Amino acid sequence: MNLQLKIWRQKNAESKGYFETYKVEATEHMSFLEMLDVLNEQLIQEKKEPVVFEHDCREGICGACSMVINGQPHGPMAATTTCQLHMRHFKNGQTITIEPFRAKAFPILKDLSVDRSSFDSIIQSGGYISVNTGQAPDGNSIPIEKDLAGKAFDAATCIGCGACVAACPNGSAMLFTSAKVSHLGLLPQGEVEHKRRVKNMVEQMDKEGFGMCSNTKACEAECPKEISVENIARLNRNYMNSILTGE
Amino acid sequence: MSNIKLESNVPEGPLAEKWTKYRGSMNLVAPNNKRRIDVIVVGTGLAGASAAATLGELGYNVHVFTFHDSPRRAHSIAAQGGINAAKNYQNDGDSVYRLFYDTIKGGDYRSREANVHRLAEASTDIIDQCVAQGVPFAREYGGLLANRSFGGVQVSRTFYARGQTGQQLLIGAYQALSRQVATGKVKLYNRHEMLDLVKVDGKARGIITRNLLTGKLERFAAHCVVLATGGYGNVFYLSTNAMGSNVSAGWRAVRKGALMANPCFTQIHPTCIPVSGEYQSKLTLMSESLRNDGRVWVPKKAEDAAAIREGRMKGNDIAEEDRDYYLERRYPAFGNLVPRDVASRAAKTACDEGNGVAPTGLAVFLDFAAAIERYGKAEAYSLGLGDNVSDAKIRELGEKVVEQKYGNLFEMYEKITGENPYKNPMKIFPAVHYTMGGLWVDYNLETNVSGLFALGEANFSDHGANRLGASALMQGLADGYFVIPYTIGQFLSKEIRTPKIKNDSPEFMAAEKAVQERLDKLLNIKGNQSVESFHRRLGKYMWEYCGMARNAEGLNKGIKLIQALREEFYKDVFIPGAADEYNPELEKATRVADFLELGEVMMRDALNREESCGGHFREEYKTEDGEARRNDEDFTYVAAWEWDEENNINLHKEQLEFNNVELKTRSYK
Repeated sequence: MNLQLKIWRQKNAESKGYFETYKVEATEHMSFLEMLDVLNEQLIQEKKEPVVFEHDCREGICGACSMVINGQPHGPMAATTTCQLHMRHFKNGQTITIEPFRAKAFPILKDLSVDRSSFDSIIQSGGYISVNTGQAPDGNSIPIEKDLAGKAFDAATCIGCGACVAACPNGSAMLFTSAKVSHLGLLPQGEVEHKRRVKNMVEQMDKEGFGMCSNTKACEAECPKEISVENIARLNRNYMNSILTGE
Repeated sequence: MSNIKLESNVPEGPLAEKWTKYRGSMNLVAPNNKRRIDVIVVGTGLAGASAAATLGELGYNVHVFTFHDSPRRAHSIAAQGGINAAKNYQNDGDSVYRLFYDTIKGGDYRSREANVHRLAEASTDIIDQCVAQGVPFAREYGGLLANRSFGGVQVSRTFYARGQTGQQLLIGAYQALSRQVATGKVKLYNRHEMLDLVKVDGKARGIITRNLLTGKLERFAAHCVVLATGGYGNVFYLSTNAMGSNVSAGWRAVRKGALMANPCFTQIHPTCIPVSGEYQSKLTLMSESLRNDGRVWVPKKAEDAAAIREGRMKGNDIAEEDRDYYLERRYPAFGNLVPRDVASRAAKTACDEGNGVAPTGLAVFLDFAAAIERYGKAEAYSLGLGDNVSDAKIRELGEKVVEQKYGNLFEMYEKITGENPYKNPMKIFPAVHYTMGGLWVDYNLETNVSGLFALGEANFSDHGANRLGASALMQGLADGYFVIPYTIGQFLSKEIRTPKIKNDSPEFMAAEKAVQERLDKLLNIKGNQSVESFHRRLGKYMWEYCGMARNAEGLNKGIKLIQALREEFYKDVFIPGAADEYNPELEKATRVADFLELGEVMMRDALNREESCGGHFREEYKTEDGEARRNDEDFTYVAAWEWDEENNINLHKEQLEFNNVELKTRSYK
């Protein structure tokens, strides 16, 4: 298949970006990133600078890929990261627009690569259970209801890619933060410092420059791991609770 | 050739008491001294993150480095199936000894007894630690932890979090690390790649890194250096490793005097999605846990296989009696759950005989129809639906159970191949997955370079010639949480009077200069071929001559081809951009340059080891029915390779002693 790509090029954080158009020949079995590999090989052959994009595991779990394809973070397929998106979902002759994730808290580094270390800062502010190595009781000492463990797991599957932020008109990190708060807060092990965690993580989120949540639910629609906005509702409840009853 | 004596430093005493006694008698570093000691940890996967977090908790000043943008992206995240632990929660006869024994046997008697026993001991603590951190392991209705089975064992000791166990364990370690970063005990350097090791007076005292965003080289000094930088499977270009996984940290250590042990011991995982074309950039694993329920087969008749390859027939069209469930046939005791090396070779044999089922001829079926029916019937029974349930209803119920167990894997398969694995059998083929070889370490996980430690997949110590499923996560976390925090004290207790290490000594300045020259050299070649094209060619040589089956003729040929390729690389590689900017092509180039040296050492190791054991299968050394033939008399040793200053490749040996298990022919029949 022959494709026309409109790709965002930007030399570094300071310079101005622009769209450049390329032609590439792909097959329907390729992944989207393999199609970009073909383009880059072509550019290198022409002694031009290849397009910088982040990627690593290429199996949908590391959360490195971070591009907006035809207006959608991770492209048109639901519950699919860019690396798992295959070219059979595109048509011969199609024009594909590729941009980086755009949000105030994710500054562009180069081309399609953005800085998402603000997510690490949110986790560092409280996204953990305070247990040192060696302090743990036997794994079976606290039974946890199967469904509850399942719910915690569903929230814990977040891959930290930031599609939720890129999808949100306000650049909010509520889905990311609420998923972590839910994962830990739903489990008895995480309950002890739950209030403190909620308060600290929400405050850090604001400090990093993420926007407010206005319930558009775009985050849920674009999340490659289908993290539910129920987590946001839970976080809102938890936050009110920790503000009203906290120390 | 250097005069190196490899001392394993295994403590005295009976096997089961060694670690406990050693821990109780080893040297300690007092809290007031820990505050004055700097430790560098490179890598933030399971081993690196757990080590950095724990060393921070203990009070050391930890500096942790990752080339990723975040520690959470390390490739441990992609491990699917599970983590072993000798908890015996299933009351099925498991014990620390049995886990030890299974691991030694599974590794085909090429690992160190004492290290493996310690691993089995630590396994139970790992589960407790992870549960306390909030890792959402699978649970039974009673709220207690669930288990499943993996290959090469007859008990159910694998703990799991759906098909994303690695992700959940890594997030646990990442969170523990993040907590230490917040306290200031651990300083995190993301997007920093280690490009050299710095030795001062024979001891590892620091690293040279490149800031991947600015290209700036930096010198970091510490009292010791811990490498937890993963495996080198990407030397094959196509593997289940992430694109960025590389050998460079370990290889730079080798170039500074550390030894690479058993590098030819590569694990080829039997269940991966087959290659579909030349553009392919990586291979995707389908977890071994699938072999709990999937049955592996190929058509018995060559004409049926040909019809499937040409798209005229589908797997479901082949009648039951025309299918060869070759693992069940050849290995009735373990069936579909034979260890990985055995399953991979059997798949190769089936395809070599002309019965492969993908257009390339390189795939076998992994079929869930029987499991779907079995689970469907059990569900129908427990729902009280009686005997008159339709086949369709049974299928529906069965598919639901299979979805609960393996849903995300089935989804991933469908995304990649466009085929529905609930309706048609999966097509799978072996792919490079893990490397048992790695830096040589002693019982303390210290390399032959004083003050340089290696953890997790980066070392060689626990899996011998073949790793059992769900043991990589166990080893990474054992090393990081429960071994290195103790054993590092053996070295550091002698360093409490050493003042802060300076990063501007002549050794550091010289190392930085050498790295700068290496980068300039690469950029100035200005040839015509991309880094990627060299990597692909190297991968093809490795797979062809040092893959699932090896022989002396091929290995000799492969060595020459790699030497020529290396020469061509330094004459004709083209790297766009400059050194002082964000330049992924330059990152790739330094990594591929190191792979081009490692590849030759792997082939030499494979050539030297004139026996078949575990993942290393030499065609000259097999039994009459095609099974691996080990040679215990001549090869019960660790082959540790030196790359000396004159670029000679020299072999050093550590003899392995087995005092607790009897060396037997591994049989899964």
